[in-house]
Amino acid sequence: MLLTITGLGLGAMYFLIASGLSLIYGLMGVLNFAHGALLTVGAYATWWMSTKVDGGPGTKLLAGALFGIAVGAVLAALIELVLIRPLYRRPIEQVLVTVGLALVLNALVEAIWGFDARPFPVPSWLIDTTSILGASIPNDRFVEIAAAAVVLVGLNAFLRFTRYGLIIRAGVENRAMVTALGIDVRRAFTLVFAIGGALAALAGVLSGVYFGVVDPGRGTSLLIFAFIVVVIGGFGSIGGTAVAAVAVGLIQQYANYYASSGLGDLAVVLLLAIVLLLKPEGLAPKVAH
Amino acid sequence: MTVVATTPLIRVDDLHVYLGESHVLQGVSFEVPEGGVTALLGRNGVGKTTTLRAMMGLVPRRGTVTLAGEDTTRLQTHAIVRRGVGYVPEDRDVFAGLTVDENLRLAERGPNARYGLVYELFPELKQRGAQRAGTLSGGQQQMVAIARALLNDNPVLLVDEPTKGLAPLLVTDVAAALERAAELTTVLLVEQNLAVVARVAQQVVVLDMGTVVHAGPAAELLGDPDRVRALLGVAGGSH
Amino acid sequence: MSRLRPLLVPAALLALLAVVPLLSLDIPVLFGGPLDSPGTLGLLALCLVFAGVALTYDLLFGTTGLLSFGHALYFALGVYLTTIALTKWEWGLVQTLLVVAGVGIVVPLVLGAISLRVGGIAFAMVTLAFAQAGQVLVQKNPDELTGGEEGLGLNFEPIPDFFVGVLNTRNLYWLALGYAAVVFVIVRWAVASSPGHVLEAIRENERRVEVIGLQPFRFKLLAFVLASFLATIGGVVWLFVLGTGASPQVTTASFTLTLLVMVVIGGAGTRYGALLGGFLYTLADQRLGTLSGSSTVEGLPSVLETPLSEPLFILGTLFILLVFFVPGGLASLGRRLRLLRRSAGLETR
Repeated sequence: MLLTITGLGLGAMYFLIASGLSLIYGLMGVLNFAHGALLTVGAYATWWMSTKVDGGPGTKLLAGALFGIAVGAVLAALIELVLIRPLYRRPIEQVLVTVGLALVLNALVEAIWGFDARPFPVPSWLIDTTSILGASIPNDRFVEIAAAAVVLVGLNAFLRFTRYGLIIRAGVENRAMVTALGIDVRRAFTLVFAIGGALAALAGVLSGVYFGVVDPGRGTSLLIFAFIVVVIGGFGSIGGTAVAAVAVGLIQQYANYYASSGLGDLAVVLLLAIVLLLKPEGLAPKVAH
Repeated sequence: MTVVATTPLIRVDDLHVYLGESHVLQGVSFEVPEGGVTALLGRNGVGKTTTLRAMMGLVPRRGTVTLAGEDTTRLQTHAIVRRGVGYVPEDRDVFAGLTVDENLRLAERGPNARYGLVYELFPELKQRGAQRAGTLSGGQQQMVAIARALLNDNPVLLVDEPTKGLAPLLVTDVAAALERAAELTTVLLVEQNLAVVARVAQQVVVLDMGTVVHAGPAAELLGDPDRVRALLGVAGGSH
Repeated sequence: MSRLRPLLVPAALLALLAVVPLLSLDIPVLFGGPLDSPGTLGLLALCLVFAGVALTYDLLFGTTGLLSFGHALYFALGVYLTTIALTKWEWGLVQTLLVVAGVGIVVPLVLGAISLRVGGIAFAMVTLAFAQAGQVLVQKNPDELTGGEEGLGLNFEPIPDFFVGVLNTRNLYWLALGYAAVVFVIVRWAVASSPGHVLEAIRENERRVEVIGLQPFRFKLLAFVLASFLATIGGVVWLFVLGTGASPQVTTASFTLTLLVMVVIGGAGTRYGALLGGFLYTLADQRLGTLSGSSTVEGLPSVLETPLSEPLFILGTLFILLVFFVPGGLASLGRRLRLLRRSAGLETR
């Protein structure tokens, strides 16, 4: 039981990161390497704000989280406007820029706050455990799963019921035709990037709660798994990403426990290789950009 | 200053388009008068679709494209469309994952979308509103594609081979829709089906080898089967 | 004689670089000591190793258009297998090198055959996956072989004396120079050969290559194995040059991305671009760390000083600027300057 819930909790974090990545690649064709850095920046912004706020850890966490998510969204929007948009017709350079950005942002965080992990404000009720079916489960797992569930529902609602959601869904299928209907997709790009940034920052907050600390390498280590989730789940598909995230989280936990530590990561990697080799076309965006 | 009735609505001047290494359009120039249907004809692969795409700004182009007196050559696609251009692409390009309703809603550009007109021409679209466009038949998808372009009060419609791959009955429906559209707007129609052209078009422009080789009244060209065969390589009639 | 003409420039360059350890020349800022000092020679050797390794990556990315996120795996293979063989299994040097060479061909052959079944992003992800597997394997430290997170020290006994010890740094320099030169020659020859032309054609338009009747898969696999093998050798040379041992850093995706950055900074697919990029990046990375401790930087207001103290910040920013304004990399600067001068000349006429 503990394994399952922990696996789901991990999957929840992967989902948050992967959904942003998936939308960004599906709509814009940009493989955003800076996504991990956005997570790290979001986590550190949360931590920083929490040190400035007085009150119990719960207040600190909440204030920090709101700030961190806002920072993530704004930073992502800025990145899109300044660095990605001008390279609109140069997709390789767009990817390269995100690689450089990842280096720059991670270096910045390291420079300002150093390599050491910083303690994250975690209210005690999150560290406490609840007993379910005889297993003792730390409460933070439930929060993570709940957060991911809320985001899943929210994203789907956004995509189905709003005009921008419509534009994004259509754009993922056929970007050129959307412009041929008189819609300036570039605004949707910035929006998608900002959403991705906010979600990555949220994942950063949750990872801080999960691990209890933040360190500069957090974003990069989670990013690789997020990529795997995106590729398995299908670019531009939120539902697929959710399923893949759950699968990856669970496999990782179970393999790590039942086989040996570290084997879970190997198993996930193997899963990716198998999926790709069986269905390489099925995982590419439906229409060429 | 009054606008002279003979001022063309669309002017294309010396349009050059390169696709990869291929010099597809080598200085295409023609005019489209306001009102009615002008048909863009030519053999397969001569560059008719490319011409429309160039006018839409979907491919890089050199030359000049003037819409209602405004030079649109430097504009991006969405800006051109917002000036009042409706586009029905060759492959229909309806969004398969969206419903029929959503496909139409996406095309709305203002509060005065002409759903009345669209449902009058294509009542089936109203019935199948909640159906995913990917599950529609080819003919139904074509209806969606045309409906999208007619939804807004566009002074210009660029229509690319709307009858391609359709059963004869549907071809007639499409032709009727085009006639109706031509009452309200100016249509530049790429079409291989000469029966449809004969029915709806007043003017024709013929492309060959990357340039315009003929332009004039439709009836005049279509009434001359030898000329038709020479320019288009087909006998009159649908293929 | 005309056959040898294109060889003149690289030969001259090689000769120049070869005599460096004999020069007692002081180049301030760039180096902390005169050119023939062990510190500087060690630094230069490291730069040369990475120049070579970057070039192996360029064979994949710049020439064939294969974006691999797992090139580090083959470099790490050379590093770890050599260290384990010499330290843990206590093999002799010759035996170790032969086995490493063999493994360095077989492993990319197998993994490449699998990875190359897909293209584009899928290929990038599969290569990433395999490299990740390698990283995890190293971390798991099976049988205490890899040393896990702490890395593994190198047993120096089997290594010939002229490669060991501070005084022999110049020999390591020549070893590194030799490696870079060999990689350069092999890659140049490969690119200029007819299979090489096919590789470039594949980068441009794989469909067209199929239409001619050739099988892109074979050529891509060839490039993959060659590039990976040369990278494995690079790992061995690196091990000797650095002299400490294996560290898990070389198994990470970040390491591969660093190679990508080197290649792009220098200019992907150009003759000297990757060499230049690898050399300069390593130099900057090593020296910027020292410079940031210098008095000039410390005098700057902390808003400037803090980011500048991280070499990766500067390199990353430089990288972004280059991607924006000089997409051909540094190697294309020469061409651009010539174009600028030519157009300026035309205007004044």
